[in-house]
Amino acid sequence: MIAWILFHLFVFPGMLFTGVMGLLVGWYDRKLSARFQFRKGPPLFQNFNDFFKLLGKETIIVKEAVKSVFIIAPLAAFAVLTLIATIIGLALFYQRGFGGDIFVVMYLTMTFSVMVILGGSATGNVYSSIGAGREMKLLLADELAFILILLVPIIKSGYQIQFDQILAVQQTSGPFIGSASGIIAFIIGMLCIQAKMTLAPFNIPEAETEIVEGPFMEYSGPLLAFWKLNHYMMYVIFPFLLILLFWGGFQLQGIGILWAVLKYVLIVTVMIIIKNTNPRIRIDTALNFFWRYASPVAFIGVILAVLGV
Amino acid sequence: MGWYNKRLAKSLWVFHASGSPCNNCDIEILDLITPRYDIERLGIKLVGSVRHADVLLVTGIFNQKIAPKIKKIYDQAPKPIFVVAIGTCVSSGCCFKDSYNITEKPESIIPIDMFVPGCPPKPEAMIEAVAKLMGVLNG
Repeated sequence: MIAWILFHLFVFPGMLFTGVMGLLVGWYDRKLSARFQFRKGPPLFQNFNDFFKLLGKETIIVKEAVKSVFIIAPLAAFAVLTLIATIIGLALFYQRGFGGDIFVVMYLTMTFSVMVILGGSATGNVYSSIGAGREMKLLLADELAFILILLVPIIKSGYQIQFDQILAVQQTSGPFIGSASGIIAFIIGMLCIQAKMTLAPFNIPEAETEIVEGPFMEYSGPLLAFWKLNHYMMYVIFPFLLILLFWGGFQLQGIGILWAVLKYVLIVTVMIIIKNTNPRIRIDTALNFFWRYASPVAFIGVILAVLGV
Repeated sequence: MGWYNKRLAKSLWVFHASGSPCNNCDIEILDLITPRYDIERLGIKLVGSVRHADVLLVTGIFNQKIAPKIKKIYDQAPKPIFVVAIGTCVSSGCCFKDSYNITEKPESIIPIDMFVPGCPPKPEAMIEAVAKLMGVLNG
C-alpha cells in the first residue's frame, strides 16, 4: 500500500510523469509560439537540456536575501504542484478521490502563488519585490472567479466534492460543458488558468521586458531550474483540472485515447493562441477585468447551475 | 563532465551587456533573434537577468566609467560563464582607441573568451562564433 502511494506520488500521475510531460508540452508551447512569429523554434528536447544545464550551474545566494525562504520557496512550490498533479491524476486515471479533493486543490493552487510571493520578496531585489507585489494582486484578482467556477461542477453533480463522484455523474449524464452554466464556467476557467500560469495577457508578475522576470530575477542554477519546471508542470495540471471538472475526464480505451489527447491538445493550443495574440495588460486592468466582468459572469454561471440549466 | 558540457552547448542563455557602444552592434545582436536568423533553433535565448546567463555578450569600448560596472556584472553571473566580445571596439578600440578616457585593455577587466571583430559584425559572423563555442564545449 505504501509502495503504491509512493509510486503514485513520485512516478505515474505525480512527479516524474508531470515533469516529463510538462517539459514536452513546454516545447510545444515554444515551437508554436515560434511558428506564430515565423521562426523555426527550438528542437524537441530543448527544455530537458535547459533543465539539466541549470541543475549544474552555480547557485548564487544574494547577500540581502533571507536565505532559508529563498531556498525553500522553489522546492516547496515544486512539492505543492506534485501533490496537485497526484490528486488530479489519481482521479483522472484511476477514478479515485479521497474526500475533500476540490478544496484541497483550490488551496494548493493558492499556496503555489504564495510560494512565488515569498520567493520573490525574500531576494531583497527591487524588481523581485515589484513582481511579488503584482503576483499578490493578480492572485486577489483571479481567485474569486476561480472559486466561483469550481462551485459549478459541485452544484451540478448534486453537491459532491470528490473528483471521482463528479466524474461518475458526468459519465452517466454527459459532461457539464454541454450545459449553459458549464460552458460559461469553462470559458472563465480558461481565463483564470491563464492568469494562474502568468501567461500573456496576464504575465504581469514576470514581465520579462519590464521587470526582468520579476520574482525569479535573482534565482540562478538549480533553484531557477525548479521554477522553470514548476511553470511547465502547470501546463499539465490546469488543463487536466478543466477536463476533469467540465469535460468528462478520459476514457482510456480504444478511440477514447485519441479523444483524450485531442481534448488536452485543444485546451493547450487555445492557451498558447491567447498567449501569442495578446499584449500584456496593466495590473489595474487585470483587476478590473476579473472583478467587473469575469466574476459576475462566473456568478451567473453558478446561478444557472443552481437553477439546473 | 562531457555529458554536462553537451547539455550546456545546447542551451546557451545570453545576457547582453553594453559597455559604451555606438549601439550598432547591439542592433545587430537583436537581428539574431528575428525570424531570418532565429538562434532559438540552436537553443539560444536572450535573458533579462545576468543570474540566468551562460554567455555574456559585451559591446563597445570600456571607458573608465563603465569598466567597474562591467566587472560587477561579470562577478554577478553564475559560473561557468563565457564572455564573447562583439565588435572591433572591444578587440582593438576602433576609432576610439586614442580617447583620453578608455582603460588599457578589456582583458584586464574581465577574462574574454572570444572576439568577434567587425563594425558591426554581421549576424552570420556571430552565429559562427556561437558555433565555435559549441564546438569547443562538445569537444
